[in-house]
Amino acid sequence: MAKRIELNVDGKAHTIDADPDMPLLYALRDDLGLRNPKFGCGLAQCGACTVLVDGQPVRSCVTPVDSLGKSKVTTMGGLVKDGKPHKVQEAFIAEQVPQCGYCMNGWVMTTVALLDKTPKPTDAQIEDALTGLKCRCATHASIMRAVRRAAQA
Amino acid sequence: MNTHVNRRHILAGSGALTISVLLPGVAARAATSGLDKRPPLNPKQLASYISIRADGSAIAYFGKMDMGQGTDVGVAQMVAEELDLPAEKVIILAGDSGTSLNQGGASGSTGVSHGGATLRNAAAEARFVMLELASKQLDVPVEDLATANGVITSKSNPAKKTSYSEIIGGRWFDTEVEWNGKIGNDLNMKTRAKLKDPKEYKVYGTSAPRRDVEWKLLGTDDYVTDIKVPGMLHARTILPTRAGAVPVSVDEASIKDIPGAKVIWEKALLGVVAPKEWDAIKASRQLKVTWSDVKAPFPEQKEIYNHIRNAKSIKSGGSAKNVEPAKVEEAFKGADKIIEATYEWPFQSHASMGPACAVVDYQPNGITTLWTGSQKPHFAGDGVAKILGLKPEQVRGIWAAGPGSYGRNDAGDAAVFAALFSKATGKPVRYQGMRHEGTGWDPKGPASIHTVRAGLKDGKVVAWHFHSKAFDRLNVSSNESDPSDNLGAQMIGFESKPGLTYATPEESYAFPVKQQTWEVIPPFLEKVSPLRSSHLRDPLGPEIHFANEGFIDEVAYTTGQDPVAYRLSLATESRDRDAIKAAADKAGWKTRTAARKETKGDIATGQGIAFSQRNGTRVAIVAEVDVNLKTGKVHARKFTVAHDCGIVINPRLLTQGIEGNICQGLSRAVHEEVMFSKDNVTSVDWLTYPILDITERPHVIDVVLINRPNLPPNGAGEGSMRPVVAAVANAIYDATGVRMRQGPFTPDRLKAGMA
Ligand code: FES
Ligand code: FES
Repeated sequence: MAKRIELNVDGKAHTIDADPDMPLLYALRDDLGLRNPKFGCGLAQCGACTVLVDGQPVRSCVTPVDSLGKSKVTTMGGLVKDGKPHKVQEAFIAEQVPQCGYCMNGWVMTTVALLDKTPKPTDAQIEDALTGLKCRCATHASIMRAVRRAAQA
Repeated sequence: MNTHVNRRHILAGSGALTISVLLPGVAARAATSGLDKRPPLNPKQLASYISIRADGSAIAYFGKMDMGQGTDVGVAQMVAEELDLPAEKVIILAGDSGTSLNQGGASGSTGVSHGGATLRNAAAEARFVMLELASKQLDVPVEDLATANGVITSKSNPAKKTSYSEIIGGRWFDTEVEWNGKIGNDLNMKTRAKLKDPKEYKVYGTSAPRRDVEWKLLGTDDYVTDIKVPGMLHARTILPTRAGAVPVSVDEASIKDIPGAKVIWEKALLGVVAPKEWDAIKASRQLKVTWSDVKAPFPEQKEIYNHIRNAKSIKSGGSAKNVEPAKVEEAFKGADKIIEATYEWPFQSHASMGPACAVVDYQPNGITTLWTGSQKPHFAGDGVAKILGLKPEQVRGIWAAGPGSYGRNDAGDAAVFAALFSKATGKPVRYQGMRHEGTGWDPKGPASIHTVRAGLKDGKVVAWHFHSKAFDRLNVSSNESDPSDNLGAQMIGFESKPGLTYATPEESYAFPVKQQTWEVIPPFLEKVSPLRSSHLRDPLGPEIHFANEGFIDEVAYTTGQDPVAYRLSLATESRDRDAIKAAADKAGWKTRTAARKETKGDIATGQGIAFSQRNGTRVAIVAEVDVNLKTGKVHARKFTVAHDCGIVINPRLLTQGIEGNICQGLSRAVHEEVMFSKDNVTSVDWLTYPILDITERPHVIDVVLINRPNLPPNGAGEGSMRPVVAAVANAIYDATGVRMRQGPFTPDRLKAGMA
């Protein structure tokens, strides 16, 4: 049965009526009409749906919409502050990382969380944080350059 | 200047704007800077290819599109060069049958070599027309006019000047052109202008930036998955657990608790729609269906290569240069030693980053719109028209970026599903597959075996025969204009029309007798098959050259020759030799006549070379691998790539495109194999169809671009995919002495080989 659920997304409060088991991804895409998080697998295997929940990268395709309480959800679009992209977005733009770009939410949001904790990561720490994320277009070389660039910014 | 056309905004720039249609995702594409109405699209009209905006910048209407490798930027550079404009003053409107002619969509790496060449002619013609008009306006002969940055000046009297903007800005060209009558990749037009001499190029060779990067990172424009049309329903399909089964009864009551959920059932096509996406997904999972009892369609996975070996062949062919078969046998009789090896390659999946999506708004009495991530929106629109019983001009096919595409993936199927569901419901429908459909049911790269035989006399090859036996290259056509090639259409009764074709290796190696042949075998299932085969990036290239280049290595070592030196001695075209030499030199090739098996602790290290041509592009790759002798895991640490695709238009984008090919090729070399049971494909997600992880990436990809300023650009989208698998296999041999003849090179296969 549908339930009234409150969400805080990209600094805005929203109220939706939804099945409590519905994954957050569909609330963001379908109810709020946001286009950043993508459906890649629905199985927590790829990262295309990644958002930050209180700063932690979370796979919204397997996160029940009713499990968030007062947590703050940030999408990739929500990283832009006062018209200025986040330094990770800037680095990915400067390195022209995406091919299709459908995977970008995973890489960008996970990198944001990594640099929050570890501002100057080694390559091994970068790999550790990003392992498991998928990029089918295989832009791995550009991704590494972009993450290193963001860490230097 | 913002060169990305945000489809939710009207093009920035001065001058009047006409907006003929306002649809989500197309507002900007329909918007042009024309003061007058654009003549209907017609290959005879210059206005169908190019226009000048009021501010003097240009729009080129590209009937292909960029799949994220910057093809549009390369084309903009080609157009800019002929117009003497900077690249950023050329906007490319791509992949929309409402704004561009059908140039074949993204196809066979022809974006620049074909599509760009056509628009370059159009740009030259546009400049020609503008100079004629300027000559009249300024009253000076055309020969006295020079153009720079959109300004036209009299050379003898520089005070006399005008501009593109003044001459025709904001209006459409009213010029007829002579075209070649060919729709698709080969569409071209003649220009009365003399094309620029490469010596004068200013825009070619510069690294103009990509135009689609910012919105993809900021989330400020629509992917096809983001298109929303008022009143739109979400749809999902329900596919059988056992391939070949069809629904015999459907319990509609089983989803009656889901708001607005409805069943669509026509013959073998079964789907559900609902106003909310999650509800459509739930309904597709919850719907109770009884399926027909059919025989399991597939053999055991481990029997796949025996199956291919023993299957009857239904079509055969070979290289145009082949000789009489009797001559081949005669040549082999003259040999004192014959060596032979068979190489085996599995089905591989596109496994695009997300399952395909399409939106169709069916309007029987108006224009039906298809939004698709398909590489061929014009053709896909034609296919949708056919299945809906409409005329081609009643369907507008609009490309929007999708979740990756590397040939004929599942996008075409999504378009037909969305069309059928939109017609059935009378509502706009957004269809997206689920992960198991994206990986399990996309058209696959066909499984194959390749047998190579060489007859040696006094250590020299006197006879060479390369033979492939495989599933059809085109069990479904990559073109999408015929609905028969789509799952949904086959489900409602369209018969499959297999292409029955294959390919042969491309190189210039000289042997006294060289034969290249193929045969294809029937599919396991005539239609609606999760193992139907079609184009997967560099169709057949990786596997054919895995065998060809693997065996060249085998012959080199058998006859005591260094693999690089041996290739240099065989290649008859100097561009081939240049590429091989460039890769070897840059990589620091270690000459050897036997596997070096350099080992430190558990790690054996090796270096391998492979070469191939692809429609005129030549690529040589040296791979360096570490093989863990305990675990059997291969890490390809470094690639050195020498790449010759004629003139280089944009070095940075070309280099990044090559890096992508290398990593995707490596993924296919070490991981990718579509698994199946007797019932169905069992590779259905990222666990059952793993791809390259960031921890497995090559640490160095060294790219040597061989620029040929006097040669036209050849395709560069997939040429560097071709020799990757072979280079890795040849490096594994150097490291371990194990000749990989079956892919992918997983730890199990390595361990079996080393045992
Ligand atoms: S869509 Fe959520 S991890 Fe793949
Ligand atoms: S850019 Fe296409 S999947 Fe990563």
